[in-house]
Amino acid sequence: MIRAFLAQCERDLYVTVRREPFSFLSQSLLQPLFFLFVFGRVLPEIGAAQGDYGAQLLPGILALTLVLTALQNVALPLVIEFSFTKEIEDRLLAPLPVTWVAVEKLLIATVRGVIGGLLILPLGELILPGGIDLGGASIPALAAMLVVGALVGACLGLVLGTAVPPNRISVAFGLILTPLIFTGATFYPWESLDSLRWFQVLTLVNPMTYVSEGMRGALTDAPHLAAGWIVLGLAAGIAIFGTLGVRGFLRRAVD
Amino acid sequence: MSGVLVQVADLRKRYPGSPVEAVAGISFEVREGEIFGLLGPNGAGKTTTIGTITTRVRPTAGRVVVDGHDVCRAPVAVKKRIAVVPQLSNLDRSLTAVENLAFHAAYFGAGRRERRRRALEMLARMGLEGRANDKVDKYSGGMAQRLMIARALMHEPRLLILDEPTTGLDPQSRLFLWEAMLDLRARGVTLMLTTHDMAEADRLCDRIAIVDHGKVIALDTPRGLRRLLPAEHGLEVVVSGREPLTVDTAENVEGAPEDDRWRGRIYGELSPGELADVVRAAGRELIELRRMEGSLEDVFVHLTGRELR
Repeated sequence: MIRAFLAQCERDLYVTVRREPFSFLSQSLLQPLFFLFVFGRVLPEIGAAQGDYGAQLLPGILALTLVLTALQNVALPLVIEFSFTKEIEDRLLAPLPVTWVAVEKLLIATVRGVIGGLLILPLGELILPGGIDLGGASIPALAAMLVVGALVGACLGLVLGTAVPPNRISVAFGLILTPLIFTGATFYPWESLDSLRWFQVLTLVNPMTYVSEGMRGALTDAPHLAAGWIVLGLAAGIAIFGTLGVRGFLRRAVD
Repeated sequence: MSGVLVQVADLRKRYPGSPVEAVAGISFEVREGEIFGLLGPNGAGKTTTIGTITTRVRPTAGRVVVDGHDVCRAPVAVKKRIAVVPQLSNLDRSLTAVENLAFHAAYFGAGRRERRRRALEMLARMGLEGRANDKVDKYSGGMAQRLMIARALMHEPRLLILDEPTTGLDPQSRLFLWEAMLDLRARGVTLMLTTHDMAEADRLCDRIAIVDHGKVIALDTPRGLRRLLPAEHGLEVVVSGREPLTVDTAENVEGAPEDDRWRGRIYGELSPGELADVVRAAGRELIELRRMEGSLEDVFVHLTGRELR
């Protein structure tokens, strides 16, 4: 069973590296790249944002990349494999429990998310006016947030990929991704929202808020959501969406 | 008698939200080393039955055991012993043909060198050796089907399940697959197939279960099934001379002249030898004599009716 699990991981890593490196990179990096450039470079340049906005933006963009890369790497393939190509069948008939197939999907998407996140750091150094400053950063906290943040995205992706009927997937992506991106404390520190209280409370529903705030805590000394709340939010997000996702996967895999 | 590999006992399945049972109490056994056919109109319950054997459908009631392992309690043990060739391609489109086979073998625990060797060997057996490094989306329907059979055989299953294996294939591919299936049986693999194609079932299957409305309505050898037709109890004869042949011991005689001959159908419990004697006694020459056997298609329509589903 372990060998079947590892072999499925091997297949996915092989395809990521050997077959689809370009599509993987463009899918995960294009959007954050533009956000970094327009919000971190263009807006301060034309005087529409303060010069140090980039430093506040980077943790949010990192969170966004982690969550969205992992999410898309689970949700899109799952919809296609379950509904159209049926490629998932060969995995479901492999000698391992069906739940493990879902866990494998989460694991690989997490790895892809972390790779996407790591690539954001050199891009930030190139794009942002002041580069990036990791002097005040906590490396262990950063490493933990990379993994946990990507896992949150993967769990969300598993729910999306198994709950949404295939003919509605494009609508669902639009309806879910846009609010997810803009209510996730990506472009602003959560603390600074206290003048817009209702919105500040609303953002707490979005699991990405805890990833962004966690990244902010790991990378900067700017004020952020208290560590305890971040841990709680992340744990709850993984538990709730992970359970829903695995359940949805089982429902699709076994009639 | 050989052992039983698959045992399906009073299997029932009702899908959530559906008013009727897709499978309403099916029982049968598949013996080791045979080719077992599951025949039935669309929506008869074939796919659901196959689904329970492959662990992809959870039975509402009843029991399915594969090689001693219950599909609900030990799905992993069952999956080790079976392989499935689906109706439509589910090959991994991100991979080449040889990679498809090699990764499948890896899922079943084969080592790196072993899986590559077996993959190449299996491609050659299926007549795909020149196309090993092509992406599978370049494959034609017949090639994809052969590749899926090759993939299914990579882990040496005890039971190979084929869901309408030759639907939509050209005659060459179909003949190739038929020969491949007979070859597999000769190697000791048990095969189970669903089909609409009566000629296929007749030619390949050792035993056939005809399924309709979620139930097995007949289960026998192709020959035994044909005997279910009323026309089975009759002889067709061609004799010299245009005048009708009189057969006193027959229940019913129908016939018509044909050039300088007479062709007739003799119904009743009359043996071919007895009929030959009657022809000789009448001073006529016997040109043709055969037992009337309906096709499997006649049996199928006889049992399941004519209406469209």
